[in-house]
Amino acid sequence: MASNGIRDRVAIVGMGCTPFGEHWDKSASDLLVDATGEALTSAGIELPQVDAFWLGTLFSGQSGLTLSRPLKIDYKPVSRLENYCATGSEAFRNACYAVASGAYDIAMAIGVEKLKDSGFSGLPGSGGVGDGTRTPLSAPATFSLLAPAYAKKFGIDEAQLKEVMTRIAWKNHKNGALNPRAQFRKEVPKETIACSPLVAGALGIFDCSGVSDGSAAAIIVRAEDAHRYTRHPLYVKALSFVAGPAAGPIDPDYDYTTFPEVVASAADAFAQAGIKEPRQELAMAEVHDCFTPTELVLMEDLGFSSRGTAWKDVLAGTFDLDGELAVNPDGGLKSFGHPIGASGLRMLFECWLQLRGEAGKRQIASVGRGRKLALTHNLGGAPGECVSFVGVVGSEPSA
Amino acid sequence: MRGIVGYGAYLPYWRLERKAIAEALGTPGGAGTRAVASYDEDTTSLGVEAGRAALRGVTVLPQALYFATSAPAYLDKTNATAIHAALDLPTSAFAVDVAGSVRGMVGAMRAARDTRASALAVLSDIRTGRPGGADERDGGDGAAAFLFADDGPDARVVAEPLGAASATAEFLDRWRLPGEAASRQWEERFGEHAYVPLGEAALTEALKHAGVTAAAITRLIVAGPHGRAVKRVAASAGVKKEAVADDLLASIGNAGAAHAGLMFAAALDWAQADDLIATVSLADGADASVWRVTGAPRRAAGVAAQLAGGGRVTYPTFLSWRGFLDREPPRRPDPQAPEAPPARRAEAWKFAFTGSRCQACGARHLPPQRVCVKCHAVDRMTPERMADVPASIATFTVDRLAFSPSPPMVVAVLDFEGGGRFQSEMTDVDPRAVKIGDRVSMTFRRLITAGGVHNYFWKAKPFRGGQS
Repeated sequence: MASNGIRDRVAIVGMGCTPFGEHWDKSASDLLVDATGEALTSAGIELPQVDAFWLGTLFSGQSGLTLSRPLKIDYKPVSRLENYCATGSEAFRNACYAVASGAYDIAMAIGVEKLKDSGFSGLPGSGGVGDGTRTPLSAPATFSLLAPAYAKKFGIDEAQLKEVMTRIAWKNHKNGALNPRAQFRKEVPKETIACSPLVAGALGIFDCSGVSDGSAAAIIVRAEDAHRYTRHPLYVKALSFVAGPAAGPIDPDYDYTTFPEVVASAADAFAQAGIKEPRQELAMAEVHDCFTPTELVLMEDLGFSSRGTAWKDVLAGTFDLDGELAVNPDGGLKSFGHPIGASGLRMLFECWLQLRGEAGKRQIASVGRGRKLALTHNLGGAPGECVSFVGVVGSEPSA
Repeated sequence: MRGIVGYGAYLPYWRLERKAIAEALGTPGGAGTRAVASYDEDTTSLGVEAGRAALRGVTVLPQALYFATSAPAYLDKTNATAIHAALDLPTSAFAVDVAGSVRGMVGAMRAARDTRASALAVLSDIRTGRPGGADERDGGDGAAAFLFADDGPDARVVAEPLGAASATAEFLDRWRLPGEAASRQWEERFGEHAYVPLGEAALTEALKHAGVTAAAITRLIVAGPHGRAVKRVAASAGVKKEAVADDLLASIGNAGAAHAGLMFAAALDWAQADDLIATVSLADGADASVWRVTGAPRRAAGVAAQLAGGGRVTYPTFLSWRGFLDREPPRRPDPQAPEAPPARRAEAWKFAFTGSRCQACGARHLPPQRVCVKCHAVDRMTPERMADVPASIATFTVDRLAFSPSPPMVVAVLDFEGGGRFQSEMTDVDPRAVKIGDRVSMTFRRLITAGGVHNYFWKAKPFRGGQS
C-alpha cells in the first residue's frame, strides 16, 4: 500500500479565503493577515491558540518569517513550503499530519501568492537556466501539448476539441459568476471564448486560468476535538501526494493524454477514503483546471469518465453545477483565479461551503440529497512531469 | 598525396527577394534573392552545419580546425572551440579562429592544407549592411568546410592542390570598425584599379606553379567582396568562357569569407575526374590556387539542391533578425544567460547533442541521465550522439507567450528513430504546417543571446532531404 492514510483523525474547523484577483492595494502580508483573520473567526479562536503553522507560497516570500512577521506570531513553529502549483495543498497536508501525530492540538495551513506585482503576463520565471538547454516553454504551452495528442488518440477533430475546451471555460465562468470571491464574476459567451486570441497551441486567452493575488487558510484540529469549535466540521478522509519521475519528456511511451501522477494519487486517495465509484459517491470536485485541456484529461485520470469519453461528458453537461457531478462549482482556477500558493486551500474552502450548505446561489443539490464527500485535486508542473495532490473531505465521520 | 577528402556546404533556409527591399524602401528594383541566416544562426552555427556536412560519411576525424569568418560571434573568446565541441572532436584536436576579414578564408584553407595532421577548414559568413544599401542587397549568408588529409584507405583525396600563389597589398577598399553594423567602401573604381592587377598576377603565378595553362582550366572561381574587380579578373584570366563558374550572386548573394568556399563546393559537386579547378580570391590582395579533381568517389555537398530550396522571409522580419528593427518584446521576464559551470558540465549534451544509452536495458536518454527512466539501473550509461538521428513529432505546440527573438516559438515532442525522446524547439518552420508524425532532423543553433552570452544548442527542423 502506498500510504496508510489518516481517515477521520483530523478535521477542519475554520476557514478563510480572501477574494482572488488584482489586489493592487494589498501586499502578500495584507492578504495573509486577511485570510488568517477570517479563518480564526470562523473557528472561534485567537491566534495564540494556534500551535503551529504551515505556509505555502511559490514566489511571494521565503521562510516562516513571511507569515510570522506580518501576524507577529510569538515564537511558534512556522514552516514555509512550496511544491509548484500544488503548494497550498501541500501546506494543508503537512498541517494535518502534524495534528494527527499528536505533536500539536491546533494547526493552521495557509497559502498566499502575489502574482500581479511582477507586471508580467502569466507566471514570472523562477531560478536560473543552468546549461541553457531546456526549452523555455510557457505554462500554457506545456499544457497545450495535451490537446493535439488527445484529439489524435481518440479520433476527435480539432474543431470538436475546441468546442469541448470552450465548454469547460464557459462552465467555469458560469459558476464563477455566482461567486462573490471569484476574480472573474461574469458569464462569457461561448463565441467569445472560442474566438479569443491564441496564447499557445489551440489555447486562447479564455482557456487559461486567471493570474491573481489571494490567500486562503484552514484551521485543523483532532477529529475528536472538532465539535468544540464548530457544529459542522469537515473530516479529512484522504490526503495523497505524489511526485512523478518526470519521465514524460524523455520517455517515448508517454503519450500526453494523461497525468500518471494524478492516476496514482487518485487511486491512493480513494483507497484511503474507501471510495469505489467517485462519480456516484462525491458531491463535488474541485480540480486543477489551470488550462481547459487539463480539466478534460483530469476527468479521466480522476475516474469520473472512462478513457476517451470525458469530452462527451463535458459536452453533455455531466460536470455542470446541476450535472451528475459538479466540477469546480466555485469557478475553478479559470474564473476564481490562481494565486499559486493559495489555490489548494481555496479548493478546500469551496468544499467547506458546499458540504456545510453555505454556498448560496451555487449550492449543489446533491448535498441536500445526502452526498457528503468532496474532492480537491491540485497539480504542479507540466504534462509528463508533475506533482499531484488528491484530497477528500467529508461532513460526517465514517461509520 | 594530401588533399581534400571531404567537403560540405550549408546555406541557411531563408531567402530574401531583393524586390521586397525595393518595394519597402522605394529604391530601384533588385532581381533575384539573397540567402539569409535565420535569427537563431550566427557564423559559428553556420560553420557547425557546414562542418557536419564535410565530416558526414568520412571516417577520418580532423586533428585541427581552422575557422574563418569576417563576423565572429565572439571577440576575445575563440569561436572555433564551439564548432569543435559541436562536431564532437577530441580534446586533443586544435581549434583556432582566423577571424575578422574575408581574407581569413585563405588563411584557414592554407593552414588546413599545410598542417601535417588531418585538418578541417570551416569558412562561414553573415553579411550585413544598412537598410537600402548595396551590401544588404548583394550580401549573402552561408558556410563551407573542407577536410584535408593524406590519401589512404579511410580517406580518399577527391581534390589535390597543384599550386598556389599570393599577391598582398595594403590599400583601403572595404573596412569596418569593430562593433559597427555595416562596412564602408572607398570609391568603387579605385578598388577595381587596385585589385585587377593583383588578381591577374596571383593567378598567373599559381598556374605556373601548378604547371598548367589557363586554357586547360575546367572551372575558374573568382570571388571577393568587390564585384566589378571579380568580373574583370574572371574575364581576363584567359580561360574558356564556359569555364567561368556561376558566381551565385543572383541566388544567394556574396557570402564574404564563405563565398569562394561555396563556389568551390559547387564546382566539386559538378566536377569530373581530372578536371582542373582554379580559384582566385580578391580580398586585401589576391590569392590563387589550382586543384586537380581525382577519380575518387565524392560525397556531394548538394549545393544545387540547397540553392533551389529555401523559404521566403519578409523584409521587416529580415530587418528584425539583423537587429535593424527593434520589436516590442512580450510582457515576460527577460531571457537569462546560460551559466558557465553547468554549460561546461553539459558540454557533450549542449554542443554535441550527446545523450546516453542504458547498458542494462538499452533505453536512450536525452539529456543523458544517471538513472535509467525504464529499468532504473544506476550509472550504467554510455554516451550516445543523437545529432544525426532522425526523429518524428509526437505532439507539438505554438507558444505565443514565451520569449523568442522571432515569435511564436514552435516546440515539438520528438521521438527519435531507435528510441529516445526530447522536447525541442523547432526552427525554419511554418507554424501552421506542423503535424503529429512529421519527420525532423536536428540542427545546431544560437537560441538566444542574453547578458552578452550566446546560448548555443540544438533545434529540430523539418526534414527536407538534401536541402538545408
